Amino acid sequence: MTGRRRDLPAGVVANPRLSRWVSIAPDGTVRVRVGKVELGQGILTALAQLAADELDIDLAQIRMEPASTDEGPDEGLTAGSRSIEDSGAALRQICAEVRALLLAEAVTSWGLDPATVTVRGGVVGDASGRRIGYAELAVDLDRDADGSARPKADAGLRLAGTSVQRLDLPDKIAGRPRFIQDLMLEGQLYGRVLRPPSPAATLAEAGTAAAAELPGTVSVVRDGSFLGVVALDEEAAERAVAALRETAHWRERDTLPDEDDLPGYLRAAPADTFTVDESGLGRTDQIVQTMTAGYSRPFLAHASMAPSCGVARWHRDEVEVWSHSQGIYRLRWAISQALGLDEKNVTVRHVQGAGAYGHNGADDAAFDAVLLARSVPGRPVHVRWSRADELTWAPIGPAMAAELQAGLDAGGKVVTWSHEVWSQGHFSRPGYAGSPGLLAAAHLERPIEAPPAADPPPSAGGGTARGAIPLYTFPERRIRAHRVLSAPLRSSALRGLGSFLNVFAIESFMDELALAAGQDPLDYRLAQLADPRAQDVLLAAAELGRWGAESAGGRGIGFARYKGRGAYCAVVAEVEAVHEVRVRRLAIAVDAGRVVNPDGVRNQIEGGAVQATSWTLKERVRFDRRHVTSADWESYPILRFGEVPEVEVEILSRPGEPSVGAGEAAQGPTAAAIGNAVAAALGLRVRDLPLTTERILSALGE
Amino acid sequence: MERVFELTVNGERCAVTCEPDTTLLHVLRHELDLKGTRFGCGSGQCGACFVLIDGHPVSSCDTPMWAAEGKPVVTVEGLAEGAALHPLQQAILREQAAQCGYCISGILISAAALLARDPHPDERAVVAALDRNLCRCGVHQRVVRAVVRAAEAGR
Ligand code: FES
Ligand code: FES
Repeated sequence: MTGRRRDLPAGVVANPRLSRWVSIAPDGTVRVRVGKVELGQGILTALAQLAADELDIDLAQIRMEPASTDEGPDEGLTAGSRSIEDSGAALRQICAEVRALLLAEAVTSWGLDPATVTVRGGVVGDASGRRIGYAELAVDLDRDADGSARPKADAGLRLAGTSVQRLDLPDKIAGRPRFIQDLMLEGQLYGRVLRPPSPAATLAEAGTAAAAELPGTVSVVRDGSFLGVVALDEEAAERAVAALRETAHWRERDTLPDEDDLPGYLRAAPADTFTVDESGLGRTDQIVQTMTAGYSRPFLAHASMAPSCGVARWHRDEVEVWSHSQGIYRLRWAISQALGLDEKNVTVRHVQGAGAYGHNGADDAAFDAVLLARSVPGRPVHVRWSRADELTWAPIGPAMAAELQAGLDAGGKVVTWSHEVWSQGHFSRPGYAGSPGLLAAAHLERPIEAPPAADPPPSAGGGTARGAIPLYTFPERRIRAHRVLSAPLRSSALRGLGSFLNVFAIESFMDELALAAGQDPLDYRLAQLADPRAQDVLLAAAELGRWGAESAGGRGIGFARYKGRGAYCAVVAEVEAVHEVRVRRLAIAVDAGRVVNPDGVRNQIEGGAVQATSWTLKERVRFDRRHVTSADWESYPILRFGEVPEVEVEILSRPGEPSVGAGEAAQGPTAAAIGNAVAAALGLRVRDLPLTTERILSALGE
Repeated sequence: MERVFELTVNGERCAVTCEPDTTLLHVLRHELDLKGTRFGCGSGQCGACFVLIDGHPVSSCDTPMWAAEGKPVVTVEGLAEGAALHPLQQAILREQAAQCGYCISGILISAAALLARDPHPDERAVVAALDRNLCRCGVHQRVVRAVVRAAEAGR
């Protein structure tokens, strides 16, 4: 590897071939393939802006292709708010090299003047007035990037930094088929799976004849406790699966924890304990007061608007899969692993689903389709989950508990800080702990048991411990995490992972400490922060949120830097708490470095804050000792139009700082700001989420 | 028993053969290939599948064909007039009032019913009209702004 190669972006080093990323069609359209997938977050639009800038073409000349394992680069997961950082850097490098090759070709083969050559709208020209379109330049892109050209300096960018409109929305608002749920392939059949009635249930017996005999049924599949049907259309598939349900008998067991004492369950369970941070030595002789408090969050559902969906087609020992997975290469590996296939015989293509906020049922639904399609070789089988399966069988965000302790000096400042957190793991995506991690794999005749959820490594921001290291300048800190080694409920990544509770705990506790010290919560924070970017977002949110002004209810503030190295975000919440908590307004300041699409960032922050408000006020996966019981929108309510706060977002411009994702930055700070506002309104601290009327009344009783 | 049902969809008369309890949503998506009406829950709780029946927003996922028979149905595909988007669709684009966009078809239907009944609603009326529609991405505020502005533009 040459010296120049070494400092190329990681995505380019892993996928150096230019043609894997970019190709130029005869009509001049530039087809761009990236490994990141659209989840409704607008990533393909932002990446298109960068590509268009580097290539000197118009946005309309770009076609962003959906990710696929048979073409395009492997860029791992679309997760953790890293897409703009990673994929953006790689794509800019690739496009810069492609542009340089095109220009060189124009000079050497077409004799353009190297001193005056320029490009506009994909047309190369020089001072003599000669013009040649990209499509006419015979450049072979089947070569590796070598670092011989560099992306433009920021001043040369036209589209980056502007709020161009999302490329995918015109189709969506017109109701065009754009989602995997709408996919209709030649000869397509429809599948449904009959999931067990509870997480630990196994199939005792099932009569498949009744389902098989129904008109429209094509096949009935049974493999261990996995039961499903394939039919001519969705209605016939629904009927057949209903018939299966009638005849299936299950062996069930009570395996779930006590929903009303999740902290107790987490703290008692065997766990992998690790130190997150142990640094500094505080002057313990100066401590005049020690405070302790415990916080918790329940299990949370992704609750996407569309149930998960997958499509598969077998052809001898090869299988093609269409999925809204966030990691198509991982999914390909998992499918081949689970079925003993050669990985190169599995192709996974991304098709958009509804919004995804973490590891939902997408991979599982794809595998369901693979299993069902095996019974009808050559025919694609389209599987869509029910709403109930989506809410009860997709992985969920784990319950968590934290206990914080601080020693304060006479001035109220923190001298020693300790934070302990307990949680089930936050990562069971395909490939975790060496396992396929696919739901149905554990139900097969020869089951592949799913190990309990793991955590992403600290280098990826961790899971249980994500966000547990405060940005404050506490002299001494002891932070420990306990990842529970069992998973009676299947947990995995949900937007923000552990940071949602860790930040809620840190920032609630900071308010409690400020109160104890008799100080204003904003001043108290500012006095213990050295990072000027942190101070700036706090001050900006305070101003936007009219900190210190009269309020009919209460105001609260919350702050964090996502993962300790991502976007800075501060939130001021204004609430009313009369019969129930209503969040009136959220004022949010965010610093995400250089911003590619300001309105895109704003949209992500607004949406994240609304979702976090919903988690904070209402959400909780319900279960008894055997079944998950929150299976519809009534038993798993989310925030409605009438309950949504006014959200105002200010983006702090930092053109000189690297771009970082913003999709997860608001989750923890929003919860903390709301909790603190409720405490200000009621003079009462509720430390267990969600902040329902019931919880507030029980806190009143204590 | 399967039989023929007639109805008018987006101004066009059509006849489909199905069971009386086949849902309107199934007929729209599978028989008529109108995929803009989305499935979200199947039980009338989310609004993703809303269509206009006789001008009212109705969940098509739990409306059986015997109840839709003979009625005029408008789906999201029927909002635009030829190539001209409905003012609400234009406003949603202008405000970039979507993330994944899965909820938007149903929201457009609720909002279109509102504007037909009350061409100049205030924010409160818009919020009330959309309260049966869920959105998980959290674009509510943009949607409300878009609907209010679409109405203002029509003044
Ligand atoms: S799909 Fe009809 S209301 Fe949810
Ligand atoms: S935009 Fe995704 S559900 Fe509303």
